[in-house]
Amino acid sequence: MSGIVVEGLRHLYRPKRGSPVLALEDVNLRVGDQEFIALLGPSGCGKSTLLYLMGGFLPVESGRITVDGAPVSGPGPDRGIVFQHFALFPWKTVLQNVLYGLERQPMAQAEREERARAFIKMVGLSGFENNYPSQLSGGMKQRAAIARTLAIDPKVLLMDEPFGALDAQTRHLMQTELLAIWRRTPKTVIFVTHDVQEAVYLAQRIVVMSARPGRIKEIVEVGLDKADPELTRSRAFADMSDHVWSLVRDEAIKAQAGVGL
Amino acid sequence: MNTLSSAFLRYSPLLILALAWEVAARSGLFSSSALPPISKIAAAWVDLARNGDLAGNTLASLWRTGAGLALAILIGAILGFAMAFWRGAETALSPVVELFYPLPKSALIPVTALWLGFGDGSKILLICMGCMLPVTMGAFNGALSADRTLLWSARSLGASRLRSMWDVVLPSAVPELLNGIRTALALSFVLLVSSELIVSREGLGYLIGFLGANGTYEGMFAVVLTVAFIGFLADRIYEAFVRRTLAWRE
Repeated sequence: MSGIVVEGLRHLYRPKRGSPVLALEDVNLRVGDQEFIALLGPSGCGKSTLLYLMGGFLPVESGRITVDGAPVSGPGPDRGIVFQHFALFPWKTVLQNVLYGLERQPMAQAEREERARAFIKMVGLSGFENNYPSQLSGGMKQRAAIARTLAIDPKVLLMDEPFGALDAQTRHLMQTELLAIWRRTPKTVIFVTHDVQEAVYLAQRIVVMSARPGRIKEIVEVGLDKADPELTRSRAFADMSDHVWSLVRDEAIKAQAGVGL
Repeated sequence: MNTLSSAFLRYSPLLILALAWEVAARSGLFSSSALPPISKIAAAWVDLARNGDLAGNTLASLWRTGAGLALAILIGAILGFAMAFWRGAETALSPVVELFYPLPKSALIPVTALWLGFGDGSKILLICMGCMLPVTMGAFNGALSADRTLLWSARSLGASRLRSMWDVVLPSAVPELLNGIRTALALSFVLLVSSELIVSREGLGYLIGFLGANGTYEGMFAVVLTVAFIGFLADRIYEAFVRRTLAWRE
């Protein structure tokens, strides 16, 4: 079975202090090859936890997750990840960051350098190869992080609210570029967000999650033409956004109430 | 040139202080033994430098601090990282650290003298023991401060668990570790001079005590100022090293 399969997944979050919280319950999901999926829900719905479990960063305790039929047992270069706060190695330059994954792949050093520079160029960071992350803006940092992840050509791209820390203009630019990259080099993308418009704009299918415990509430087929430059101004886009928002709204209100408790 | 003149401006209050010192000492308000004029102190310094007392004792002191600090950094960092990586080490060591952290390290002067006598060994052991804990705490806290998303990134980029520790946790710990070493550096001078004052026949602290006891106060002041200058220089050099090492932080 190719793609990602999640079956009967349940996850307990154990905080250092206090009692365990049921973060995910009875999650079942199938993601096809090269599919773009958004995990959408209010904060606390376990969408990031689900992503971390797929990445192998957290242990699967109950239920199972397989990638191309093999159970996930830890992180690996077949599943690249991009975090909200970039997670670039601050003591490495942009080039050194992008080289980090390549250095663990069997290829000549010259080829690694060439590949790293090509990906840096692709994300528009040529000329910043020798800058440290602290010398870059938020958008540039995320470009560097995306280049680092794409450079090792993972089959699956896990994205944890990757544009959540960016200003609105940068976010919009990055969304457009991500779609362009995905069309050129198709990968399976799991994109975590709490932004309805972002999910509708990017994803083919939206997995709407409910909070406390995190469950899949509904899976929405978006079915919009992503290549249409006028997409975000179209009637269909607005209708789809309204529909998805109506699904999320109740959950957001519940989550808000939960915060007050 | 510009940095040179700005450095001069920055330290010009010292010049004013020296001038005021000279004037006060010559005014007759203080006895010349309590506050010898700077000019006489300078002359005594030249004498001490000429007859080799200063160089010999400085070398002895530098060797003791250098060796003691190097051991403290080596052992301290290993202990700190061991505590961060391995729960067993933390369980075993943290009560010891908690107990010894607030201990005034100068209380160990007679202890190390009892064990190793009046020579270099007791000073090196004292400085090593006294300066180790700030380094241990720096390494420990630094290693714990490593961001889990950095570790996860390294793992998903193909690094093994061990490799990601080496590549992520160690560099993450460097800023805190360097802070701890800076504390250790300052502490090492305190321990050096006080132990040499009390139980030594050599070293700058010994020289201060010896000259003071003989009533050669100009010489005593000359050595005190020399110690101050060496401490200042060591701190400046260390800070320049830290700034270079942490250039990525901006």
